[in-house]
This record gives sequence, structure tokens and C-alpha cells, in this order.
Amino acid sequence: MEEVRKFIVFTLKNQSYGVDVRQVHSIERLQKVTEVPRTASFIKGVINLRGTTIPVIDLRERLWIGETETTDESRFLIVEINEMQVGLLVDGANEVLDIGAEAIEPPPGMIAGVDAQYLEGVAKLREELLILLDLEHILDVNEVQEVKQAIN
Amino acid sequence: MDTNDYIEIFLDESNEHLQAVNDQLLKLEKQSDDLSIVDEIFRSAHTLKGMAATMGYEDIASLTHNMENVLDKIRNSSLHVTTEVIDVTFTAVEALEEMVESIAGGNTGKKDVTDLIARLEAIENGKQPEESKEPVAAKEALESLDLDEYQLTVLDQAKEQGFEAYQMEVVLDEGCILKAARAYMVVEAVEQHGEIIKTSPTVEELEAGEVDRFSLIVLTKSPAADVKQSVHKVSEVESADISLYVAVKEEAAPATEEIAATTEEAQTEQKEETQKAVTSKTIRVNLERIDDLMNLFEEVVIDRSRLEDLASEIKNDALQETVEHMSRVSEDMQSLILTMRMVPVEQVFNRFPRMVRGLAKDLNKNLDLDIIGAETELDRTVIDEIGDPLVHLIRNSIDHGIESPEERKKAGKAEKGSLTLRAFHSGNHVFIEMEDDGAGINREKVAAKAIQNGVLTEAQLEKLSDQEVNELILASGFSTAETVSDISGRGVGLDVVKSKIESLGGKLSIESTQGKGSKFSIQLPLTLSILSTLLVDVSEEIYAIPLSSIIETLMLEEKEIMDAHGQRVIDFRGNIIPVVSLRKVFDVEESTTKDSSIQPIVVVKKGNKLTGILVDSFIGQKEVVLKSLGAYLKDVFAISGATILGDGRVALILDPNALVK
Repeated sequence: MEEVRKFIVFTLKNQSYGVDVRQVHSIERLQKVTEVPRTASFIKGVINLRGTTIPVIDLRERLWIGETETTDESRFLIVEINEMQVGLLVDGANEVLDIGAEAIEPPPGMIAGVDAQYLEGVAKLREELLILLDLEHILDVNEVQEVKQAIN
Repeated sequence: MDTNDYIEIFLDESNEHLQAVNDQLLKLEKQSDDLSIVDEIFRSAHTLKGMAATMGYEDIASLTHNMENVLDKIRNSSLHVTTEVIDVTFTAVEALEEMVESIAGGNTGKKDVTDLIARLEAIENGKQPEESKEPVAAKEALESLDLDEYQLTVLDQAKEQGFEAYQMEVVLDEGCILKAARAYMVVEAVEQHGEIIKTSPTVEELEAGEVDRFSLIVLTKSPAADVKQSVHKVSEVESADISLYVAVKEEAAPATEEIAATTEEAQTEQKEETQKAVTSKTIRVNLERIDDLMNLFEEVVIDRSRLEDLASEIKNDALQETVEHMSRVSEDMQSLILTMRMVPVEQVFNRFPRMVRGLAKDLNKNLDLDIIGAETELDRTVIDEIGDPLVHLIRNSIDHGIESPEERKKAGKAEKGSLTLRAFHSGNHVFIEMEDDGAGINREKVAAKAIQNGVLTEAQLEKLSDQEVNELILASGFSTAETVSDISGRGVGLDVVKSKIESLGGKLSIESTQGKGSKFSIQLPLTLSILSTLLVDVSEEIYAIPLSSIIETLMLEEKEIMDAHGQRVIDFRGNIIPVVSLRKVFDVEESTTKDSSIQPIVVVKKGNKLTGILVDSFIGQKEVVLKSLGAYLKDVFAISGATILGDGRVALILDPNALVK
């Protein structure tokens, strides 16, 4: 039987991206972010999500494709990786898609300006390409430390 | 039948008994002729044996069994207490601790103890070649060492009390679907008549449902026919044969089998336990429940501050009164819950005597350890974390502080060194001090080492006070020990100790007089999760500064802040102290609208150093709940966590220690 996975589809700079639905905790409207000083610039700060403080990062900046201008459509995608919750600032979250394993291909070297190391693969849909993100790598704590050091 | 439910109780009690054995062994070493101490040890070891056998941990049972044999000989004065005996017994206790720890970690608690058992046996037999005529010893001599033998003893004892042992062979119907359930029902049925001491295959396998044929041994006073009758009442049982159990055959059974029910002797022990528990009027509460309660209460605290905010906005007298009352009640509740989480520091301290004894032996030092204030209570979170740093400090003291007996003699001191561990409350803090009468910190040596390691230059060194030089040994990559031993002196350690204590919100300071000794003192907060803070505003963000480190708040005019060597300073009660601006530190833009030239400053203290922190404005005092920033945002400079304010906003909690230079 063919394996079908569910992906949450969201947009960044008019391009569609997907993350595995199992990694997504919830999708939240924007709220006031408390800045945390002296951290990497893609770390926007922390928010209060029903009594827990959760760090939020600007996904565009994290993927080195610019900086997000927030709109009414902007959302926090709360994801959970290795028992760690992190909010991702995205331009908008639209839908959930079922994608068969055969539609997913390994990522090319660079796509839509995003380096392949952050990608899990690319899914070919009827009208467009869906870029599947490798959240484990994007949110790898050690890598964050490195990025932070590189910036300082 | 499921032993899992009892595992926690087993672990708790095992640890208590092991600790008791430990303490008593140390006493015994000093007063080797006091046989009442041996009795105490014997009792604890015996209970431990019973519990372990009940839970099916054969290695623990057989090791304690052999310890008992040795202790029994001591008790009967047929064996003398020698250092060797104590040493081997300690090693056995250590092995037991390891096994119990392994069980706590979800493992099997198995360990190869044959070597230890052999050593215990050697003591038991070697020291006393002619066999004792007492019945206990004679029986012991008959026994080999595996658990089956132990079960036989249990059987014997049960028979003496009028129980009969029957072996049952149960075969389930071939078409039986829920084999596990049937097996369980059979076991239930048999248990109505007595205690099942063994099943084959093990209970786990039975419950896994793979088995359609099994045998069990039951201790009962009921006639065999009755037992058989009850088993046949369970449906889908094809046959159940019962016969009087013949002990010799069972010896061949594999040693890994479980004893699945409480044995007689363990029961009597448990009765004793219950009686003790009744008199002390305490109950055991799972730590998780207290933690959950604390978490819930933290939410109440958040809502409380929300209510306070609302009430002050609405300005309704009745509402305000109610909210104030609720605040008072919840403050009382808070302190109650906090005390529930408090445990005596004894839990950490009581493993030190043995450790010190072992270290002293390894390093050829001669010293006494004094423990004062072991009953001092600390938050459980702190207790869990403080053990390792203390171990390190103690090792450090024994290795580097206390001199060898010869050196001490030369220096005109008593040959026996002394190490004092002291815990006490003071204000909102708990202090743990560790004082030795050893060589103290050698300023020249430390200084030379610091320069050699490039920690600082000679010019810098001259300006340092003795205190500051002492604290150099806490810098990372620092070790003055001339020979690197495996105890301490690898140059990692004291800096780790320091950062660990600081991560607990505590402080470590050192006092030392060369030739006289050193004192390491640790100051710890009473609790970690709820703290009183001063809220301040910096560039539209709210920060919370813990009150415990605030000395005073000031409003100064701009011109009162002076420049000295590129550092902004103020005159604070006759002392010149540096001032740092939070805006600058946190790299947030200077506000363009400075409405006044009055500058709010928070004076904070770290050790005996003061620093002024420049903020935009003061907001007020607030009890806040400390929340971690999480793994993703670890090690953020000068921020120790976050909290949620009454209006739902997140405020960062400042770590003033990082700002004091």
C-alpha cells in the first residue's frame, strides 16, 4: 500500500512550504512578542501560549530568504521537535494536504533561495511545487548556537 | 500479581534501609563491640532481602543473604569486626545501591555478584574454620547461594507454621483465546487459598498471553482438593493437577524465575513498617503529585496577579476586598506548598560519611567528618542538584586541602584533620558551608598558576584582594595540585561547581587562611519557582529583577552619573559603584523622548560588589512564577528565565549577577 503523509501547507514569500502534520502543535494568530535581547536576529522573542512561554523565530530569516513583514494573514505555526516547542512566524497557513510518498523527491541543491540542508524534499503537486522543510535540522539547538556565534 | 505497582515503594524502602545499613556500618567501625548496632544492620539487611525476593530481584536477595550470614556470625560473637569485614560489607552495600539504582532506572537490577558473595563467604567461613553448632549457622552451611535455596528456606518456614506447599500443573484449552486473562483468573483463584511463591513460566510471560500450560507453587492451609476445585471453576481450563510439592525437584528450576507474592517473613517485616508509619504520622506522597500541585498553584499565582490588576482598575470596594483576601490566603497556601516540597538536606549529606571514609583511605589521609544541621530543609529541586557540586567540593578538600598526617605533624597540627559540613537557614536563604583545617589556599601558587594559564597578567594580579585570588581557583581550566590524581585536580570541576550553583540561583564564596584551612560557603535560595521581583520598564519591555539581589532603588539626576576611565559610575553612600544601562547591555535603541533628566537606578549586589542598573522606569513589586525559556533559548546573556504577567504578557527575568562586574 502506498504511504500517504499529511502536510500543513503555509506560505513564505508567495512560495508554498509544507511540514509534517505530526510535528505541528497548533496554528496561532499573531500576538505580542516579548523580545529577548542579545539572541540571534531570527529569534523574535517569546510569547505566552496558554501559560507556557514559547520562543518564536522568523522562518524567513532562519532560512536566509529575507525578513517577514507581518500582515493579517501572518501566523505562528507552533511546532514540536524533540519535546521542544517553537513558534514559526509564517506569512499564512492555508491547508492540510495528503501527499503520497512517490510524489516526494529529494531536494535539489537550492530552491526558492533555500539551502538544501534545511529541506526534506520537494513534492510535485498539480499546479506548483511544495517545499518540505526538515524542521529537526532547522531547529537544531547546536546549529542555533553556531548561528548565534557567527552573528556575534 | 503485578509487581510494578510496588516498585516505587520498594525503591523508597530499599534506599532507606541501605542508608540505615550505611550509617550503622560507620558506627560499627568506631564501636566494634556494640552488638546492638549489628542487630540494626541485620534487621535492615533482612527486610531488604525479603523485599527483593518478593519483587524477584534475586541478585539483591542473594547478596543480602550472604551479608546476613556474616552479620549473624558477628552477632553471635563468633566473628570479630575487622576493617576487612567492614570493607567487604561496604563494597556489598555499594553493589546493592547500584542494583537498586539500576531498578530505579527501569532496568533489571541484575549484576554479577558472585565475586562479592565469594568474599563474604570467605569471611564467613575462613575466619571460623570449625562450624558453629547453632542451628542457624548449620542451615546456612547447607545452602548454596542461588535464590532457589532461599525460596526453600521460605518454604521451610511456611511449613513450620502449618502451611503446605502444592505444585499445580494447569493446562488451558487449546481453543482458549484470551490465554493471559485465563491464566490470570487461575492465579486469582489459587491466591484465594494462599500465597503463590512461584510460577513457571514467569508472571510476565503469563500475562503476555503466550502460554497455554504452566505450573505454580502455592503455600496454603486449604486442602488440595479445594484449591483444585477453585481452579476448575475458571472456564477453558482443560486440566489442573495438584500434588504435594517436593522440594528437591524444584531445585532444578532456572534461577531467573520470579517469586510472585509476599513471603511470610517479608510480611512480618512489613507489619513492623506499618506500625512505625502510624506512629510518625506521615504519609508518602508521590513527588509528581506535589510538582503537579505546584504547577497548578503557579497558574493560580498568575491569575491572582491578573485579578489584582483588574480589581485595581474597576475600583469596586467589595471586589477589591475579596481579591485582597484571596491574595492573602493564596500567599499562605504558597508557603504551605513550598514547605511540602522541602526535604532535609540530610538526604544529600548522608552519603558523605562513607565517601569521606573511602577517599581518606585512598589518599592516605586521616580525618573526621562532622555534619551539622543535616535537618535543614531545602527545596527538592535544589536537593536534587546540589549533591554533585558538594561531592566535588569535598573531594577537593580532602585531596588538596587536608594534608597528609606527616605534613600535619610537621606543621604542628593534630594528625587527624577535620572537615565540617554545616547547613543552616538565614533569611530567605539556606547556607551550606564546608570548612576544613587543611593547608588553605596558597596565594603564591594560585597566582603563579593563574599567570601561567593566562587567566590574568601580573599587573592585574597585584590589584586583587586575597578573596579575589581565592576565587581564581573557580576559574575554568584551573588546577594547582602538583600531581593530578583521579580524585580531583583535573582542572575541570570547581568552575563547573560554581556554574552549577549559580544556575540554581546560588552563590559560592571562599574564605581561606594559608596554613589554617579553607571555608567554601554556598548560599542557596529557599525556592526556585516563585520569586519576588521588582518590575522595571526598559524600552517598552518589562523586565523582572529578583528582589533578593536588590539593595536599593535610586532616582538620580543625569549629572550625578559621572565618568571614570570610560566607565559610568555613581556615588552610592560614599562608595563609587559602576552603572550599566540596560538599554546599552540589551542593545535596544535609546528612547528619543527623554521626558526628564531623572534616572531610575536599581542597585544590585553580587557577593560584596555593587552595581547600579539604569532602567527607564520602575513599575512595582510582584510575585512572579519563574518559567524556563526552554532548550531552544538556553544561555541567554543576563536572562535567567521568563514569567507571565497578569495581562498575559511575557516578561523576562533578569539575572543581575551577569551584570555585576
